[in-house]
Amino acid sequence: MLVTLRVFRLDPTRESEPHYDEFSMEAKPWERILDCLNRVRWEQDPSLAFRSSCGHGICGSDGMLINGVCGLACQRLVKEYPEGLITLEPLPNFQVIRDLVVDLDPFYQKYEKVKPYLITGEQAPERERLQSPSEREVYDEAIRCILCACCTAACPITPKQSEFLGPAALLRAFRYLFDSRDQASRERMEILDREQGIWGCKGHGLCTRVCPKEIDVRKWLGRTKKRLHDARIAAGSQQELSTDTGGQGPA
Amino acid sequence: MLGWPYWKKNSSWRIALEKFHDALIIGSGMAGLRAAVELAQETSVAVVSKVFPTRSHSGAAQGGITAALGNEEEDHWEWHMFDTVKGSDYLADQDAVEIMVRDAPRAILELEHMGVPFSRNHRGLIAQRAFGGHTRDFGKAPVKRACYASDRTGRVIVDTLYEQCLKMGVVFYPEFLLLDLIFQKQRCVGAWLLDISRGEALRVWAKSVLIATGGAGRLFRTTSNCFGNTGDGLAVVLCHGIPLQDMEFVQFHPTGLRGVGILLSEAARGEGGVLRNGLGERFMARYAPQILDLAPRDIVSRAILKEIREGRGVEGQPYVHLDLTGLGEKRIKERLWEVASFARIYGGVDASLEPIPVEPTCHYFMGGIPTDPDGRVLGDGKQSPVQGLFAAGECACVSVHGANRLGCNSLLDLVVFGRRAAKAMAECIKEAPDLPPQDMGEPHKPERLQKLLQARGPETVPGIRQDLQGLLMDHCSVFRDEKGLLAALEGVLELQQRFTRLGLGGGGRSFDLEVVEALELEHMLVVARVVVESALCRKESRGAHFREDHPQRNDALFLKHTLVFYDGQEVRIDWKPVKITRFPPKERTY
Repeated sequence: MLVTLRVFRLDPTRESEPHYDEFSMEAKPWERILDCLNRVRWEQDPSLAFRSSCGHGICGSDGMLINGVCGLACQRLVKEYPEGLITLEPLPNFQVIRDLVVDLDPFYQKYEKVKPYLITGEQAPERERLQSPSEREVYDEAIRCILCACCTAACPITPKQSEFLGPAALLRAFRYLFDSRDQASRERMEILDREQGIWGCKGHGLCTRVCPKEIDVRKWLGRTKKRLHDARIAAGSQQELSTDTGGQGPA
Repeated sequence: MLGWPYWKKNSSWRIALEKFHDALIIGSGMAGLRAAVELAQETSVAVVSKVFPTRSHSGAAQGGITAALGNEEEDHWEWHMFDTVKGSDYLADQDAVEIMVRDAPRAILELEHMGVPFSRNHRGLIAQRAFGGHTRDFGKAPVKRACYASDRTGRVIVDTLYEQCLKMGVVFYPEFLLLDLIFQKQRCVGAWLLDISRGEALRVWAKSVLIATGGAGRLFRTTSNCFGNTGDGLAVVLCHGIPLQDMEFVQFHPTGLRGVGILLSEAARGEGGVLRNGLGERFMARYAPQILDLAPRDIVSRAILKEIREGRGVEGQPYVHLDLTGLGEKRIKERLWEVASFARIYGGVDASLEPIPVEPTCHYFMGGIPTDPDGRVLGDGKQSPVQGLFAAGECACVSVHGANRLGCNSLLDLVVFGRRAAKAMAECIKEAPDLPPQDMGEPHKPERLQKLLQARGPETVPGIRQDLQGLLMDHCSVFRDEKGLLAALEGVLELQQRFTRLGLGGGGRSFDLEVVEALELEHMLVVARVVVESALCRKESRGAHFREDHPQRNDALFLKHTLVFYDGQEVRIDWKPVKITRFPPKERTY
C-alpha cells in the first residue's frame, strides 16, 4: 500500500518555526511506522531525527504523536491507517530538540521526585523477603510501564500545571507505595498528597487510553487517591497522617 | 541525575567541556548498571549510554535469570554448573562457571532486596520456571531454575538497578556514543564520546574504565537485538591491539517471530509451549528425546532449520510453529503477557487460540573481550591485564558460555561479573595515578570523526550495512562451511573498501543519526571481519558454530579458545587452552 508520512520538522538551532515534510513509499500492511521512518532516513532524507531502540515496544524510545494520538512508532502498523496518510509529530508537552526528538529531562526529573526505589528500614534478611502472589499481583500491571512518556504527554493537566508529576511518575509511586516490602508509605504519601501530586490528576483517563502497554493508569492512580483519602480519615481520628501500613493498601 | 543541558543554541562540532570521574562505565545495560551500583558506594561514577539507561537492550530479556535457589524443587549449584558446562559444549572455562553458579543465589537475593518485583510462588518465595538445558541430577530431567518476573524479567531488573543508581547519585551521560578509548603509558585513562544530542565530541578522563557495551546482533539481517547492538565496545577495543575471544560463536534464538525476528521468550516453552512442524509433529522428539523442546538453543535452532530444509516447514515456507494453545488464556496472561502481545501486534496471532510462526533469530554473542573473572581486560587474551580497563556483560568473554549459552544465564553473567568487575575497579582506582589537570588545552578530535564529517563519496551507510547483514546471514549464521565463509570474508573486505568511499550529508548538528550510524557501521565491519575469520579457522562443529564441512566436534584439535587480533589491515589468530576443573568433555546429547 502507498503510505505517506507527514512529518513535523524543526531544528531550533536554525529555525524559529516548524514545518511539515511529506514522504511517500510503498509499504507492506504489516510494516511498523518505525520501519517507514527508517526507510525515510535511509532512502530519502538522512537528516530526519527520531529516537528508536528495541523496535518492539519494550524500551519506550519511539513515543510520538501519531495522527494526533500518543503512541510508539514500533507498535503501530501501517495497516491501522488505511487512508494512507500518517501525521507524525513529537510528543506534546515537551520541548523539541529536533524533529521528533523531545527533551525528556523534566520527565525524568519528576520520576526521580517520587523516590522510585524500595525503601526499608531494616537490614536485608538472609533469604528473600516473602511476598504472597496476591500481594505481588497488586502492582503486576504497573511494572509493565516502560517510561515511554506517552501518558504524560497525553495528559491534559500538564500544560496547565507544569509542576504536576504526571501519570508516569505517579504510576511509579503507586508501584512502590503498594509493594508490601516497602516501608516508606508515610514518606511517599507526603510526596503525593498535594495538588502537584496525586490530586492534580482529575481522572481524564487519556493516560489509560494511550498506554502502549495497556496499563489502566487511571485505575491505579485512583487506588492511590483512595489510599491517601483513607489515611486522611485515619489521621483525623489520630491527629496524624498515617501510621506505616507496610504497603497493605485498601482492597 | 541527568546533569547536563539538553541542547544549546548554535551548537556545532566543537569540543565540549572535559569531564573527570573515578570510574567511567560505557554502556548502561544490566552489567553496566550493576557495576555502577557497586562503585557508587565509594567513588564518583559516570555511566555513558547510547540511549537512556532504561532503554538498554538488557530490558528486552524476557524469560528469567538462573540460580539454584531450589524454591520449586531440589536443585544444587553443581547441577547448574554441569548444565552450563555441557550447554557450552565444554568450551566454557570451568573456574569462571563455578564462580558464577555458586554466586547465583546471593546475586538473585540481592536483586530481590533491591526491590526487583520477582513473581512469587504460593509460599511467597521467588517463583522459578523451566528453561532450555537446565536439568536436575546432571542431565536426568528438566528443572525449574529460572527466577522470573512474568516475561519482563530483564526490564524490571534494569529499572530497579537504574533506580538504585538514582538513589546513589550516579552521573549519567545519556545518548553518547563511544568513539575511542584514551591510553597513556599503556594505561586506559578515559574515552572519547560523541554527544549525539549536541553533535559534539566529549573527552572523559577516568581512573578506570568499564566496557559494557553489549553484543552485535545487528550484524545479521534477522535479529532479536535492538538497533544499537552494533559491537561498539568490541570494535574499539580490537583496534587498540587487544584480541577478541571466541567470536565465531553467535547464538541464534530458535523462536524469533517470523519475518521480524522479535524474540518470543524460551519461557513460552518453559511454561509448556511446544514446537510443531508443517505436519503438526512435535519434531524435537527426533533431536532431543529426553528434554524435547527444552533442549539448548543451538540444538533447537538447527532442528528447526533441518525440518524446514527437509520440506516440513509450515505450508512449505521457511518457518515452524510455536504452539501455546494448550496453556490456557489465564496462564498466558499471567506469565507470558509480553509474548502474547508481540504475537498479536506483530504476527496478528492470538497465542491462546492459534500457533505462532517462528524462525531462528540472531540473539547473542558468546565471544567478546577476554577478561579474567574480575573483569580485567587481558591485553594478550591470556594473562596480562590492561591497566585501568575492564569489561563485563555480553561484550566480555570471561568465558562462562563457551560455544553456546543456556537461557537465563546471560542475566546472571551480567549481575555476577558486573559486580565483580566493579570491585576490581574500586581497587584499581585506589592505586591509580591522579587524573590530568583540568586545563589540557584543545585536544585533537578523534580522526575518524573528522574524516566522516568530510566524507563526500558515492557510498551510503544503509547500502553497505544492508549488504553486510545479508552476507553474514547467508554465510555465517546457523549453518556454515568453508566456501560460504570465504565468500563472506571476501565480501566484508570489499565492504570495508566501500566504506572508505562513504558520503555523508555534512552533519554537524544535534541528532545527526547519519553520522551515528556511520560510526556504528565502521564498528560492525570490524566485528564482522573477525567473526568470519574466527569461524573460518575453527574447522569443527561445537555449540552454535556448526560447520557442515566438519560436522563433528574435534576435541583433539579444537578444545581451545580462539583469540583474534586485528591491526587495522590483517587478522591474526591465536589460541588458548580451556580451563577444565570438574567436568571432562563428553559427547553432548539431550
